Amino acid sequence: MFKRRFWAVVLLAFLSVSCAASGNNSIQVKGSDTMVNLVQAWAEKYMEHNPGSFVAVTGGGSGTGLSSLISGTCDIAMSSRNIKVTEVALAEKRGINPNEIKAALDGLAVVVNPENPVDRLTVDELAAVFTGRIVNWKELGGRDEKIVILSREVNSGTHVYFKEHVLRKNDPGSQEEFAPGALMLSSSQAIADEVAGNSAAIGYYGMGYISANQKPVAVAQEHGGEYVLPLIENVMNGTYPISRPLFLYTNGVPASLVGEFVEFALSPEGQEIVRTMDFVPLMK
Amino acid sequence: MACGVASIFFVVLIFLFLVKEGLAVFRSVSFSHFMFGHKWYPISEPPHLGILPLILGSILVTIGAAVISVPIGVGCAVYIAEIAPLRVKEILKAGIELLAAIPSVVLGFVGMVTLVPLVKNIFHLPTGLTALSGSVMLAFMAMPTIVSIAEDALYSVPKNYKEGAFALGATHWQTIWRVMLPAASSGIVAAVMLGIGRVIGETMAVMMITGNAAILPKSILVPVRTLTATVAAEMGEAVVGSEHYFALFAIGIVLFVISFMINVTADLFLHRRP
Repeated sequence: MFKRRFWAVVLLAFLSVSCAASGNNSIQVKGSDTMVNLVQAWAEKYMEHNPGSFVAVTGGGSGTGLSSLISGTCDIAMSSRNIKVTEVALAEKRGINPNEIKAALDGLAVVVNPENPVDRLTVDELAAVFTGRIVNWKELGGRDEKIVILSREVNSGTHVYFKEHVLRKNDPGSQEEFAPGALMLSSSQAIADEVAGNSAAIGYYGMGYISANQKPVAVAQEHGGEYVLPLIENVMNGTYPISRPLFLYTNGVPASLVGEFVEFALSPEGQEIVRTMDFVPLMK
Repeated sequence: MACGVASIFFVVLIFLFLVKEGLAVFRSVSFSHFMFGHKWYPISEPPHLGILPLILGSILVTIGAAVISVPIGVGCAVYIAEIAPLRVKEILKAGIELLAAIPSVVLGFVGMVTLVPLVKNIFHLPTGLTALSGSVMLAFMAMPTIVSIAEDALYSVPKNYKEGAFALGATHWQTIWRVMLPAASSGIVAAVMLGIGRVIGETMAVMMITGNAAILPKSILVPVRTLTATVAAEMGEAVVGSEHYFALFAIGIVLFVISFMINVTADLFLHRRP
């Protein structure tokens, strides 16, 4: 991962030099940290096929990407959440017309420490845990231990998605919030590390971050429903309840280089890269 | 001259910008709700923008850091200025300068992998990401400031004070305790204030190791969210022109006012000659 980031930086430095010479042979992609590695993988493959064109990918969070698109400093924004109404309004004021392209799917895994005996939960139980109504693991059949809730910071599309779809169960009128005592960590890796070292912790992140040091919990949509693990096939066939689309936003219908890059991302080859990066492709 | 004027000019510009952006938040939330509200949910509809948990978080971490760093820092300054032989003095001073040179993100990282598990195990806590962990790490950051300024203050005590005390038959310890420290007290207070100023403005390390939960802390062994960490973590996502965006600038004003007061206090003490 660091290697990729490093190359992104090198690329950026190179780009700023080459921009002057090669004009519109380059694309700036910015946004969701969840998607950085995926889009970087697309970019590397794409540049291999099209020598002479440059795709620079930087992270910063979905909101950062969308605000760059709105202010005209990037060509494509990566976002793990839908654009907000306020952002669309702001974009229109600046003469930018955000165009949404669904590029891949991501399953959100809920993870606990491997020592934790709890291995399956319903969406209702998850909501109760993350809003602070259930505070002890023994209420869920685990050990007598206080639950340590881990969440991403509010600048994360993952945070927003989890709140809207798990805590609030897609109900726009709901006022549910993360428990005030939830620890806000600044990256998915930080959550992975804390879960690995803390037997009472529970957290969530994109399923690409699951390793042997964390145990993904099987989730059921409702009480009595089937418990499903966050696996690629379960997200693709729609049985895993917490999955989300990943978007690319462009200004208007993408044309020229931006269009070609988006087309490549959606091509079978691009979607195969999605699979190798532990995300979920759009089609079989 | 021009440089001096320019720097003041920039401070004024920064302050005006902060005020312009920050005061806009009070169009949608009252001053008392902002300062004393218990809930910080900035991206909800409608947003809850109460920064009391954040203020208390910052204060708690700062007090903790001061309690740890002031006695050690002042003790260290006394040792370096009065007791240590020349060679030890040189080594210690170099070491403390080195401590000041460690980037805060590195301290945060080291704290995350060493201190956090330690705090968790010692106090049998559900998590080690607590205000105490932040305090300990920030104490390391405040110490170089405190030691070097307090040491300067001790050096600037006129030599005849010390000689006078010895001539009256005071022991070395009595001289330090009864003569040197009181004589240098204004400088030492300034050192402490500047150290605290450094702590309250510190961002990266606290963001990494205090857990960032916006709750009203009941003890130093719970996670807290500080003012600085909130701004750093949320500024990237705040929609420009939203209430959240203005609220973060208002937090900036609060921080500005706090560190301004600390610096002015330090300045008053520093220029109060005995």
